[in-house]
Amino acid sequence: MATIIAIPIFVALAILQSSVVSRLPLLQGTTDLILLTIIAWALQKKVETAWQWCIIGGLVTNIVSAVPFGVPLLGYALTTSIALALRRRVWQVPILAMFLVTFLGTIITQGLALASLRLNGSPIPVIVAFNLVTLPSILLNLLFAVLVYVLVGELAGWLYREEIEV
Amino acid sequence: MTFSRSLQTIVFIFVALGIVGLALGGYLTPFSRILLSPAVSAQTWISTRYQAVQDFIQAPQDTARLRQRNTELEAEVSRLQAQVIELQQQLSETNILSALVDFARANPENDYQAAAVIGFDTNPFLRYVLINRGSDQGIRRGMPVVTQQGLVGRITAVTASAARVQLITDPSSTVNVHLQPSGAQAVLNGQITGDVILDMIPQDAKVQVGDLVLTSGLGGGYPPNLLVGQATGIRSRDQDLFQRATVQTVTDFSKLEIVLVITNFKPVDIAPLLPEQETP
Repeated sequence: MATIIAIPIFVALAILQSSVVSRLPLLQGTTDLILLTIIAWALQKKVETAWQWCIIGGLVTNIVSAVPFGVPLLGYALTTSIALALRRRVWQVPILAMFLVTFLGTIITQGLALASLRLNGSPIPVIVAFNLVTLPSILLNLLFAVLVYVLVGELAGWLYREEIEV
Repeated sequence: MTFSRSLQTIVFIFVALGIVGLALGGYLTPFSRILLSPAVSAQTWISTRYQAVQDFIQAPQDTARLRQRNTELEAEVSRLQAQVIELQQQLSETNILSALVDFARANPENDYQAAAVIGFDTNPFLRYVLINRGSDQGIRRGMPVVTQQGLVGRITAVTASAARVQLITDPSSTVNVHLQPSGAQAVLNGQITGDVILDMIPQDAKVQVGDLVLTSGLGGGYPPNLLVGQATGIRSRDQDLFQRATVQTVTDFSKLEIVLVITNFKPVDIAPLLPEQETP
């Protein structure tokens, strides 16, 4: 159930991302709702389907983006592994972990995307890309991190209800 | 007895007539003022209190009715505002479509397929848009995309009902262009900032600010003479091999809504003609 529900959620997020969020940039940076959802899901205490969500999110992103195939998935996988590692260590303050993984995840996913585009011959200057795209994207992602974390937490609470013994 | 009663009646009539006569003559006005003034005051007081009590009793009903009416009117205003927005949107779309029809009529050599822009690439390093027409409507990879203003880009990926368009502002986009009236050939490159620049302009070319930038058709990627923009700044240095220029595009890429795909243009793949790079 927790895996199947990821498909409509990520499809809806991809549509929202493509049709609305991508039209609202800060300089040239935009919020990555799919990345934030993957991180927030991986940081939930009872969640055991973090990798499934990561794979589905990566594949859906590849459908709507022209980035070379597999690059978003690789970026999300690295981010998920960091989130899972942090969940075991600093689970007492999950919102701190959310901020930290959002910061690192944005740099990782955008760094991989930039590297793959440059390897494919796109002459994007690294410093300009960092200043105009990555830094504003980090800021936007950190701004939306709390909201996404709360919403995903509600979803996780609904999917993994605690059994009450009577 | 009867006489006495008749006399009383006659006296009464005379007294009454006398009073009426005095009243008509205005002689009783001071007396009537003294008598009527307290009565009028009393009636006014009673009337005011009665009105207040009546208002107090009826007020809640009126307030409830007014609130209900107010809610109805607010709902009506909201509905009309939504209708106005919808009509404005329709008007905007109609204006765009009208301009596109004018453009298509002015360029009858091409066949066009109109498409709506339904999304932007989710990766901020890329400048691609998604359109709602695909292979089912005859869209093929490599077809140029324009608006009534000028060149937008070209199709890079197609599904049955949608396609992806690489904008000329994409950092990996290159378009062969020529400038008018100088006639100089150049290459238009997209930038990560969303701008475009002209590169590879020969040093001996007399390029000026305000020159028009049009596709040259070289390389077979785009049909010739599609308007791209206007040169806004020239950078020419003696130590450089080529001049460079900044370009203001005629298309506003932040407001792309409806585009035209030129469906009768077949891009030429010149890759097999290019010399292979020798590997050491």
